[in-house]
Amino acid sequence: MSDFTMPSLGADMDSGTIVEWLVKPGDHVQRGAPMAVVDTDKAAVEIETFQSGVVGDLLVEPGQRVDVGTPLATMLAAGEAPSAAPVSVGKAKRPRARRVPPPREAAAPVPPAVPREAEVAAAAPPAPSPPLRHHAAELGVDLASVTGTGTHGRITRRDVDAAAHRPRVSPYARRLAEELGVDLAAVTGTGTSGTVRAEDVRAAAHARPEVPPVSTEAPRSDRATIAALMSRSKREIPHYYVATTVDMHTVVSWLRDTNRDRSVAERIVPAAALLRAVALAARRMPQLNGFWVDGVFVPGEDVHVGVAISVRRGALVAPALRHAADLELPVLMQALRDLVGRARSGRLTRAELADPTLTVTDLGDQGVEEVFGVIQPPQVALVGIGRLVERPWAVDGLLGVRPLVRLSLSGDHRATDGYTGARFLATIDDLLQHPEAL
Amino acid sequence: MSRRRTSATGTTGTGAMPTQHRFELLRQMTRIRLFEERCVELYSATKIRGFLHVGIGEEAVATGVLTVLTAEDSIVSTYREHGHALVRGLSMDSVMAEMFGKVTGCSRGRGGSMHLFDVGHRFYGGNAIVGGGIPMAVGIALADRMRHQTSVTACFFGDGAYAEGEFHESANLAALWRLPLLFCCENNLYAMGTAIEHEQAETDLALRAASYGMASWSVDGMDVAAVEEATRHAVERIRAGDGPCFLELRTYRFRAHSMYDPELYRDKAEVGHWRERDPLELLTAAMRADGELDEDAFEAMTAEARAEVDRAVDTAEQAPFEPVEDLTRFVYSEAVGPGPTRAGEEGAGS
Amino acid sequence: MSTTLVETTYREAMREAMREAMQRDERVFLMGEDVGAYGGCFAVSLGLLEEFGPERIRDTPLSESAFVGAGIGAAIAGMRPIVEIMTVNFSLLALDQIINNAATLSHMSGGQVSVPVVIRMTTGAGRQLAAQHSHSLEGWYGHIPGIKLLAPATVEDARGMLWPALQDPDPVLIFEHGTLYPMPGSLAPDAAPVDISRAAVRRPGKDVTLLTYGGSLPKVMAAAEELATTGIEPEVVDLRVLRPLDDETIVGSVRRTHRAVIVDEGWRTGSLAAEITTRLVEQCFFDLDGPVQRVCSAEVPMPYAKHLEEAALPQVATIVAAARQVVSG
Repeated sequence: MSDFTMPSLGADMDSGTIVEWLVKPGDHVQRGAPMAVVDTDKAAVEIETFQSGVVGDLLVEPGQRVDVGTPLATMLAAGEAPSAAPVSVGKAKRPRARRVPPPREAAAPVPPAVPREAEVAAAAPPAPSPPLRHHAAELGVDLASVTGTGTHGRITRRDVDAAAHRPRVSPYARRLAEELGVDLAAVTGTGTSGTVRAEDVRAAAHARPEVPPVSTEAPRSDRATIAALMSRSKREIPHYYVATTVDMHTVVSWLRDTNRDRSVAERIVPAAALLRAVALAARRMPQLNGFWVDGVFVPGEDVHVGVAISVRRGALVAPALRHAADLELPVLMQALRDLVGRARSGRLTRAELADPTLTVTDLGDQGVEEVFGVIQPPQVALVGIGRLVERPWAVDGLLGVRPLVRLSLSGDHRATDGYTGARFLATIDDLLQHPEAL
Repeated sequence: MSRRRTSATGTTGTGAMPTQHRFELLRQMTRIRLFEERCVELYSATKIRGFLHVGIGEEAVATGVLTVLTAEDSIVSTYREHGHALVRGLSMDSVMAEMFGKVTGCSRGRGGSMHLFDVGHRFYGGNAIVGGGIPMAVGIALADRMRHQTSVTACFFGDGAYAEGEFHESANLAALWRLPLLFCCENNLYAMGTAIEHEQAETDLALRAASYGMASWSVDGMDVAAVEEATRHAVERIRAGDGPCFLELRTYRFRAHSMYDPELYRDKAEVGHWRERDPLELLTAAMRADGELDEDAFEAMTAEARAEVDRAVDTAEQAPFEPVEDLTRFVYSEAVGPGPTRAGEEGAGS
Repeated sequence: MSTTLVETTYREAMREAMREAMQRDERVFLMGEDVGAYGGCFAVSLGLLEEFGPERIRDTPLSESAFVGAGIGAAIAGMRPIVEIMTVNFSLLALDQIINNAATLSHMSGGQVSVPVVIRMTTGAGRQLAAQHSHSLEGWYGHIPGIKLLAPATVEDARGMLWPALQDPDPVLIFEHGTLYPMPGSLAPDAAPVDISRAAVRRPGKDVTLLTYGGSLPKVMAAAEELATTGIEPEVVDLRVLRPLDDETIVGSVRRTHRAVIVDEGWRTGSLAAEITTRLVEQCFFDLDGPVQRVCSAEVPMPYAKHLEEAALPQVATIVAAARQVVSG
């Protein structure tokens, strides 16, 4: 015999309350006989049994609200002995037939917020002060959208003011700006309320008013051009030089481990790690990342690391690894490979040629241990990298052998001084000691 | 056009009806009765969902009318159409599976209780809109007429639908164009919870139908033989080209309008009174009175019908659901898509 | 075979399409109010009763629900009826049949029942017929799965859309804007059926895409001419098929021009224009150089007075202004 359960009496009925039992234990009932009165929120309805038999135990009290499908009473076949006690074998045998609620769409699990690289890397900047927060709120500026240009990336009042007057940009214009390497902050919008449209971006891409035009008519591989540039550099730029030795042990072992899982084509070389470290350091110390123009320092809109590459016929180009501070190390490696390849086959873009905000010259492959290069005007810094050598080195008071590299900085003394330069190299060193964060 | 009444005598006494045929009518009504009762149980156990309208008490209408129709005739019915579907020949398995929402159901589980379709049997639903199927039935009859066929379209609807404009427009149009349409009004005295005297200014529905210019009868819908006899008269006229006919089949549903209905609008005494005219009991009583009921055969037949229901339930339980990936299938027909003519699609005569 | 073009009108082209369909396919017949003896409310079926007789050109009583439902039933039973609802305004009386039956039967029966009915309706405003006779409900119908919608806006489409619509196994609604009937055009006498799945670029351009359908097409073309004289080269896209919309053509055009103006005679709220705008946002957001503009009817029941009706409807001037705004702003 099966239990007498709370029936479904309609599409919108989930539960009901017994108002009154019409039978008692031991009553003989025929199929169709009313068993109880149930209140379903719409009305009181008699519910019937679909089996003939004898009423066993009443399991639900009047006044109790139960789900559809809940056993209300046990039923016995004629002649079957009723259970001795309410909590009986019969009851234990039959698990309560709970009505399975209609399948609901499982709430899509909210993916955990992936911490953005920028946020992780910029964990350092101090929080904006309350007066500044107030100022931002008054101007309707969302501080989360503002990049700070103060020390350690602190948001300044000027940053907030600039953000308040940021023009709107159409989706297409924004995409175009990205593709053409145009800094939207420098674009004047001609749409309604100064909205930046596609044609404004195109105009800016051709004009590039902020950065003084660098001669790009002929490729820089021309010796005469290089001669003129280098002469000018030495004539105009008061160079200072600082250098340091960096213990590359941690980087080299980390690369060995990480390269184990990479295909040959994907292996990361130490040079890439060095470039990455330079880029991150340049972001932290923007006074070395930009241009000396008409007597003032103009910070670069982003970190574009010029990479000195020797090309055919003994010539040299130093195209930019653009947005190097935003490229994860594997990505930067690919970009570097690609850049070198295209430099050697003469397929660099205008942006790559025009954009470097500081330059790195790595002559380690040529065997020299140290290089003090000539700054490429209008930049204000040049980093030199020598050969990776194994040398005796003191580690925790003991003598060991470590892979070392000499890093140098040629700095424009108009823009910075030795103190800054030294800090810059120290920053690079520090970054290289934590390669997993590169 | 005159209106004839077949008086509800309470006896089935058409001696002309062969015993075997009467037994067959009884068998069909029994199948319907047992199927519907089982559906009530299954609904209470949440196996069947949505709305469920059973035709317990009205079995004689579906059985009596459909026994007269042939495979070339068409049927359009309402949401209380399980009996019609079963008598028409849809397999009980496919109907039960449809109630369970399984892909093996006659409508792939898409329709449920109210939307049973089987084009192969010319059973065009199942319609949840009161009166919604009537104009479609007019169209099917129109197509038959235009192709000079002698098929009949039987359209079932209730006394509630009789108030809908769609019925009146259709009755007028069918009579005007002399279409081969049999209007079968199952007057069970209630439009859901509203008694007919609160729905219709004039409750003699057959009388009113005659005013559209078609032959119209009022029939004792609890007497399957009377229903069959009236249907034969009507169908004969329709096939002869006389235009549509109207049958008011006076019947009663013993259970509520649908599964959830506390029946506050009618009293139990009335239900009890009509239960005394249970169509199955009327027929068995008449057959016994005529000495024509083989009790063993009757018992066996009932057991077999019960077994058929059990098998249908088991089969439905095992059957699969339609894959969710098929959700958007059949929004449009699958055979062809939009576009210019294909060779195979040219009409006859092009 | 003669290839000289025949001068005709939109109205005559639709009539010729019906004549041809009835000659080629004996399952085709026409049913509706005043299609026979009266010759059609807009004279589209003039002469057809004399040619094909009352069995195939059936005048119906004023019973939209019954005769639209009858069209559905006849289609289910194997005929290919053309049901003419005099105007879209009266189709409201047959909504139950169109939506609960025609659009639904195939899916609801598990693919058993197909409903190859064609329903033709005159639509739109502009003739001072006032509120109850001026609806553009294409957008409303465009909301419903299970039916297909066509809006012939040229003489060629009026002539060529009917045959493939009749051969389609699913319900097809054809919207004929009332102002287009007298529109002149030239056709080959044996003009071929046209595609009924794609939109058409009526005028190629580069600065802005003007999307429209039906009775608004002539206004949009005129607006395009005017814009061209001021140095703006618009691309005009005639939607032709309102459900299912031809995303490929629509989005493809806006990807190239980066700016879109949608001209839709329906009310803007919940309109076809709103649907297309959303599709553009979904599919080419990063190609948009400015917000999508809509030129729709003012949100009022259409008034009778001429100047008010004109002010309420899209006009060449408002279309031009919208295009200028999105190009310059």
